[in-house]
Amino acid sequence: MTTPKTHLMPPPLFDARCKACWFTLGLIALVVASFWSLDLQWAQFLSLDAARSMGRFLGEFFPPDLSAPFLAKVALGTLETLAMSALGTGLAALGGLLLALPASRLHATDPARARAPTRLLLNALRSIPELVWAAMLLISAGLGPFAGTLALAFHTTGVLGRLFAEAVENAPPGPADALRTQGVGTAQVFVYATLPQVLPQLMSYTLYRWENNIRAAAVLGVVGAGGLGQLLAFHMGLFHMGKTATILGAMLLLVALVDALSYLGRRLMSR
Amino acid sequence: MNASARPTPQAAALRDPAWAGRVFWIGATLVLLWPLGVATEFRPWLLLQPDSLRVSGHFMASFMPPAMAPDFLRLVARETWRTVAIATAGITLALCIAWPLTLMSTRVLSISALSGRMARGPFWLRQGLRWVLIVLRSVPELVWALVFVRVVGLGATAGVLAIALTYGGMLGKVYGEILESGEAHVTEALLRNGGGRLQAFFYALLPQNAAELTSYTVYRWECAIRSSVVLGFVGAGGLGQQMDNSMKMFNGGEVATMLLVFMALVALADHTSAWLRRALG
Repeated sequence: MTTPKTHLMPPPLFDARCKACWFTLGLIALVVASFWSLDLQWAQFLSLDAARSMGRFLGEFFPPDLSAPFLAKVALGTLETLAMSALGTGLAALGGLLLALPASRLHATDPARARAPTRLLLNALRSIPELVWAAMLLISAGLGPFAGTLALAFHTTGVLGRLFAEAVENAPPGPADALRTQGVGTAQVFVYATLPQVLPQLMSYTLYRWENNIRAAAVLGVVGAGGLGQLLAFHMGLFHMGKTATILGAMLLLVALVDALSYLGRRLMSR
Repeated sequence: MNASARPTPQAAALRDPAWAGRVFWIGATLVLLWPLGVATEFRPWLLLQPDSLRVSGHFMASFMPPAMAPDFLRLVARETWRTVAIATAGITLALCIAWPLTLMSTRVLSISALSGRMARGPFWLRQGLRWVLIVLRSVPELVWALVFVRVVGLGATAGVLAIALTYGGMLGKVYGEILESGEAHVTEALLRNGGGRLQAFFYALLPQNAAELTSYTVYRWECAIRSSVVLGFVGAGGLGQQMDNSMKMFNGGEVATMLLVFMALVALADHTSAWLRRALG
């Protein structure tokens, strides 16, 4: 009797103790279940009919409406989008800073009783996307850029508050401790010792979120919350395809410009 | 300057030396903010007007208690699954778009570049494919969804296609960056010794970068779940569409339930993805 030459065989493909195998199996099951449970209309999408209607749809985009009054309107929409994102981010930076203080343990003996509830609030603010905030805020703030600005501010407050709290907790404790042992009050310790140390980090987080928010503000309007998105939803709803094409072009241009500027900025700063 | 005008040591210690600068910058910021407020019709006091307060108060009050009818919960469960399924199917298709484009556009797998400069043809092919990825990525998924809802009608198909295109672009671009940022020695050695591009990819490039690639894909899957809820608001199916319907009918209880379910879903996806990424190391 010879021993089986197992070392010449490839390892078995499946082994109950192999975590990666179970993970792969689970993944395949998830993907198959997803495709199977969604009533995807591939036939309709890949049919000749759909191709024709897609072609017609794209054809209607040409020529884009480039008349001066409409271009002025689009430019105004773009400015509105930029203003929404800037003001929303600014408000969020303030709100985030105000919430980051109770959400962080300022020194080793700080009981920080408000830490857990404030973090819960920040998580709730953060986990609701801007667009859902906008749809809800429309009810109290009405159609227009105000609702969009508030929506951006709420979501970004959650994001920035959490990041700010991390930054404040990770700041070197030396200067703050030095002031505290001299009997300086909590607010002054924060303003004169902790804040100057973390300010560059807070600024870079805020700028990063502003970049994200410009992109978000461009599409936020499709639920009616102002900016380019609102123009887009309006003209698309009325089948003004030439105008829709112009607005889409402006949106892409804005996004590309923001991308390029942030890339250049980062290149310049990291040099 | 005589001695009496000099501040006492105590007052000097209490005075903020940067006082004037701080006041100036706060003032300048406020002046800069003013036009922004005008452009965004920023009028918070409108929120406090009686009729606006009444409407929002009514809506907020109807959040409690959240809707808990069995029929409705069943609907929410089905739509939640559909949301996850749209994200998963979208990411799967996105991978089908991203991988071929990544393989064709990554510079590490260029054979002509081994001898110094890449030949002109392959260079422009790679550059062109990069531009395709950038264009795919820079159209927001919501805009793709609006377009596809027009073409294929309301429903999950539009959501899946929108996620597939945008995330295909994102994944392709970042995969390319990951592959090009690592050590290229092993890949080069294989290519120089006559290995094919696919062989070099599977035996050198992929094993080196597998963990990072998988972790990024899992992170994007998490993002796709979030965005598939948002896509529902333009009619691409799932939880978002139901939320939109309930909001239009001012049914606060249903909105509250769905928001809670959504937060739980996001937290779950967050934890799953963090756990998976940790397990990958």
